Amino acid sequence: MAKKGGNNRKKSTRTYIFSFALILVFWAVVEILGHMNMLSSKMLGLLIPICAYAIMAVSLNLVVGFLGELSLGHAAFMLAGATAGVVFYNSAGLNMPQVLRVIITLVIGAAAAGLFGVIVGVPVLRFSGDYLAIVTLAFCQILKNVLSTTYLGVDSAGIHLAFDQGSFRLEPGAKPLIKGAQPISGINKISPDMMVSFTVGIVLLILTVAFVLNLMNSRAGRAITAIRDDEIAAKSIGINLTRYKLMAFISSAVFAGLAGVIYVLNLSTLDFKKYDYNLSINVLVMVVLGGMGNVPGSIIAAALLTFLPELLRNFSQYRMFIYSIVLIVIMLFNQAPAFVQLRQRLTAKIRGKNAQEPEGGEKADTEFFEAKKQGKEDE
Amino acid sequence: MALLEVTNLGISFGGLQAVSGFELEIESGHLYGLIGPNGAGKTTAFNMLTGMYVPSQGNIVLDGVDITGKSPEFISKAGIARTFQNIRLFKGMSVLDNVKVGMHNRVTYSMWHGIFRDGVFRDRERQMDKKAMDLLDVFGIADKADYVASQLPYGEQRKLEICRALASDPKLLLLDEPAAGMNPNETLELRETVRKVRDDFNIAILLIEHDMKFVMGICEEITVLEYGKIIAHGDPESVSNDPRVIAAYLGGDDD
Ligand SMILES: Nc1ncnc2c1ncn2[C@@H]1O[C@H](COP(=O)(O)OP(=O)(O)OP(=O)(O)O)[C@@H](O)[C@H]1O
Ligand SMILES: [Mg+2]
Repeated sequence: MAKKGGNNRKKSTRTYIFSFALILVFWAVVEILGHMNMLSSKMLGLLIPICAYAIMAVSLNLVVGFLGELSLGHAAFMLAGATAGVVFYNSAGLNMPQVLRVIITLVIGAAAAGLFGVIVGVPVLRFSGDYLAIVTLAFCQILKNVLSTTYLGVDSAGIHLAFDQGSFRLEPGAKPLIKGAQPISGINKISPDMMVSFTVGIVLLILTVAFVLNLMNSRAGRAITAIRDDEIAAKSIGINLTRYKLMAFISSAVFAGLAGVIYVLNLSTLDFKKYDYNLSINVLVMVVLGGMGNVPGSIIAAALLTFLPELLRNFSQYRMFIYSIVLIVIMLFNQAPAFVQLRQRLTAKIRGKNAQEPEGGEKADTEFFEAKKQGKEDE
Repeated sequence: MALLEVTNLGISFGGLQAVSGFELEIESGHLYGLIGPNGAGKTTAFNMLTGMYVPSQGNIVLDGVDITGKSPEFISKAGIARTFQNIRLFKGMSVLDNVKVGMHNRVTYSMWHGIFRDGVFRDRERQMDKKAMDLLDVFGIADKADYVASQLPYGEQRKLEICRALASDPKLLLLDEPAAGMNPNETLELRETVRKVRDDFNIAILLIEHDMKFVMGICEEITVLEYGKIIAHGDPESVSNDPRVIAAYLGGDDD
């Protein structure tokens, strides 16, 4: 038999090398162009969104591609992280050195998103079935709407929290942190130098990719993949399904929280209503285009789909048209290796006879007893 | 005391009593057979022994531990492993990883060791690789360790499933129709492998099988089920000559 199996260990090494090379080349090219002043301000504005969406896509891939559960509310965790982070950034963080302030903001954003991951995941992932898609979708809309009616501020009397404008009063001079549906604006950037902020984004992307690849190439990752491939068999070898589903889901939420923090610190504005199912679906499209369980694919798809709409702004009439064409082309291109694999598997099945046995095993062996009976009668 | 003691085990689905009064006593190092016509309740019995189904009546005691109605996770840790009638491999994973994931609760390390790739991680992974390759070697598929599981031919998929079950160091191995879909050569080879597994690993094996030559040639003790009830029990010779067993297999078409 021809050796079609390939080498799996080599394959995972290739994935590592390709992923990190991709990120580093992107970083180096941007740095060089940046120092030569060859990047337009529009382009500069896209750098952090590309990092943030790449983190979103890679982390969602952990749930959708590797675990095989559908999540339609990834934007909610981005929003949770962004909001918690910004509240800290604009209050307690104000008098800190900027490096410390950013680090603590990231940690708080990640923790808040992780907490919501627990709140959503624990009740839902204990059951098998497709509840996760519905619950995440609903949660995303709920969080956005609740935040849009939240009023939060701090003055000398302490913390004020209200859910209607009427009962929300601050001392004169004190600045509210959340003002209901009004976007939080004027958030300070990570650094006045775009290249510094971009490097922070790249570092976080590298952390995300390293976490996901290391997790998936370890005992826990094998358990997660096993659950995706066959829940019953996974149970039979003693894997705790809930534990590993939660592990993937909560980790994914944590990284979405990080993405949310750098995204809003870059944009300087946090508008809750932008973090709805549209955004969640956009990230899902990146995951599907990049390939289920394909980490570098997610990064490339995130970069392209963030970059492309901006690039096409000049051709505004044809924008959506070209966008869809490109989507289709990418999809075909991306599916090509799968087609090749499918063909290989089909030929392997024809050659390695019986590869597709009908389900349900064998019929009871009556011939044996037929003979026995015959034998007895002959005696 | 026996390794496994099953008393008066039963389960009903809605109104249907699929298995009732099921009794079994299994000793370490022996080979047992569970046979019966299609739909007799053999697989259902396996599902109760492995915690997939919660029995409605009866008791299962493994090595002194009551495992009745416990979770599959608990029972797997307690020492029962199984294969499935319709092969259930992790199709997208490599052959090697299928075996390694079988060691999930035997060679362990926390998620963080995996994330930081520390010494514990490398040590345990090396230990698993070695153990997995040794197991694959027993079944003669070590050279295909890097194949994706779904690329293996059918007979080797069955072998891989047994490897995965053995990877959890079971005290009792349950095989649900291991020879199904195999050609006579493969069946013969499988027979040797099953014997070898019993001897080398010194475990008890209980197997469901429709190939009577296979069952009679390999099992020391056989239990026969019909309509969820035991109709015969004993050594291959006495069971195969039992008129009730013959009648059960030849069924209604009494000629
Ligand atoms: N989850 C279930 N719900 C309802 N009925 C079930 C369930 N599982 C099994 N049964 C019924 O229990 C009976 C025994 O089925 P089982 O699969 O154990 O038979 P079997 O002896 O393994 O047969 P075969 O040799 O064809 O594999 C059948 O009538 C089946 O329909
Ligand atoms: Mg069966």
